[in-house]
Amino acid sequence: MTMMKPLALGLATAALVAGAAIAESHAETPPAVGARKAQMQLYAFNLGTLGAMVQGNMDYDADAATAAAGNIVKLSTLAAGPMWAPGTGADAVEASRALPAIWENMDDVISKAMALNEAAMAMETAAAEGLEPLQAAMKDLGAACGACHKEYREPE
Amino acid sequence: MRWLVNFILLALVVVAIGLWVTRPKTDDADLLAGLTADEAHGEEVFIASGCASCHMVEGATDEAKLVLAGGQSFPSQFGTFRAPNISTDAEAGIGDWEAIDLWNALHHGTSPDGSHYYPVLPYSAYIHLEPQDVVDLHAYMMTLPADATPSEPHDVPFPFSIRASLGGWKLLFLDDDWVMQGELSPELTRGRELVEAMGHCAECHTPRNLLGGHKTGAEWMSGAPNPAGRGTFPDLVTLDWSAGEIEEYLNSGFTPEFDSAGGHMALVVENFAQLTAEDRAAVAAYVKALPIQ
Ligand code: HEC
Ligand code: HEC
Ligand code: HEC
Repeated sequence: MTMMKPLALGLATAALVAGAAIAESHAETPPAVGARKAQMQLYAFNLGTLGAMVQGNMDYDADAATAAAGNIVKLSTLAAGPMWAPGTGADAVEASRALPAIWENMDDVISKAMALNEAAMAMETAAAEGLEPLQAAMKDLGAACGACHKEYREPE
Repeated sequence: MRWLVNFILLALVVVAIGLWVTRPKTDDADLLAGLTADEAHGEEVFIASGCASCHMVEGATDEAKLVLAGGQSFPSQFGTFRAPNISTDAEAGIGDWEAIDLWNALHHGTSPDGSHYYPVLPYSAYIHLEPQDVVDLHAYMMTLPADATPSEPHDVPFPFSIRASLGGWKLLFLDDDWVMQGELSPELTRGRELVEAMGHCAECHTPRNLLGGHKTGAEWMSGAPNPAGRGTFPDLVTLDWSAGEIEEYLNSGFTPEFDSAGGHMALVVENFAQLTAEDRAAVAAYVKALPIQ
């Protein structure tokens, strides 16, 4: 998958590129935290369109569904490295729920990010096919988001 | 001195009667005689009941979830419990158990050697399983892999370390009556089975009294603190999600804001995502029918 390369590279170089530069004062929320939350919010926003169709609150519309799923695919390929700068986890930053384990298991985090990328591409295909395939793809997409949150996000 | 002797004798009699009244109960194998096992249904019961969520190795995913080697710990107000090995290994696990042994564990909370289990094994939910469910569950579990990892001991201080004291707990709180009563539609009846008997939702979502028993009535499923410290178990009574939103949550883990389920609930979602859409709708119908009148 060609898209995964920049993604993996981006995450893997997080420690090198962004290290000391961004992990400064604890008093303020580092921009990296805001940036990754914004990425997450964009996932959620685009899922809103798909979810409304799945739950029957909006008529199925192949174009709208494909566009929303396409956005999720693109978001999942952003070079994410600097957004996950070391020292910006929940142990250091009040506003973050990112568990320190992220920086100890970067390989696994990357594989979970790649799994999301795959589930998003499967959704993009399904979204064009019809409502039932879309409904079925929702489960795997949700599982891909959840798998990372389960391991790496502090419960509320 | 005579009074003291009498007093001690009386106390011993009271204790003896107490232990007799609260002795671990069991049923004979006759109870299950004539029932034919259906492994496929047993798998459904296993998934809906979340057995693997507690008995798998911490953090296991996919196929590895079926290796029921135990070891996860469960902090509570009474100490820290550890899930035992319930794989098919005859030494370390329960490979040599008959269906009736599983019935006695899940229905009565009684072990094959006749002692009480702690209610952290949620038999106050599983008591509602039918004999057929347990026969099927047993047959399915016997198809799962064996693992020789020995079970770890609990870390539970005195007096809770005395299993005999659990007889009193059972007398007070172990009840095979359903919490949701009355004339129920077929959907709600199925929802009740999935919620109260199998999914043991109340184990997390219902507050407990000082003795660790579930509160019922309006407080049933009204949320509770998490004994593991972090976070709380949300109130499902005042939850303002639509039935469709609850179904989606149980299927993909997405909340109405498209955040995803976290904590232990993520494991529940992994299980319920494997059930049918009708089953998820039945659970949603039950949640929407709260509070208990
Ligand atoms: C590779 C891991 C990973 C994946 C995959 C992932 N997330 Fe997240 N998500 C996180 C982490 C870590 C946080 C906590 C960030 C923080 O607080 O610093 C988070 C936070 C969030 C938040 C809260 C943002 C806020 O404003 O606080 C939402 C919503 C969210 N994720 C949605 C999603 C959705 C939807 C998906 C799937 C399309 C997804 N996430 C996939 C790791 C991930
Ligand atoms: C909330 C976590 C949890 C769930 C869910 C759970 N168990 Fe357990 N189970 C435990 C714990 C903890 C014990 C140890 C109890 C004790 O020592 O008194 C236990 C004990 C057992 C035992 C006794 C093992 C022995 O060696 O004596 C069996 C059998 C068992 N569980 C089977 C099951 C089955 C089958 C299910 C699903 C229907 C299930 N459990 C669901 C936590 C759980
Ligand atoms: C092992 C504990 C546990 C069990 C068992 C459990 N839950 Fe949960 N539940 C939670 C936790 C923890 C959350 C909060 C999740 C989060 O913060 O993302 C939750 C959240 C929820 C929510 C979302 C509520 C909200 O306000 O966010 C619903 C709906 C729900 N559970 C329903 C159920 C149902 C139905 C069952 C039984 C089939 C069940 N739960 C079993 C722990 C549990």
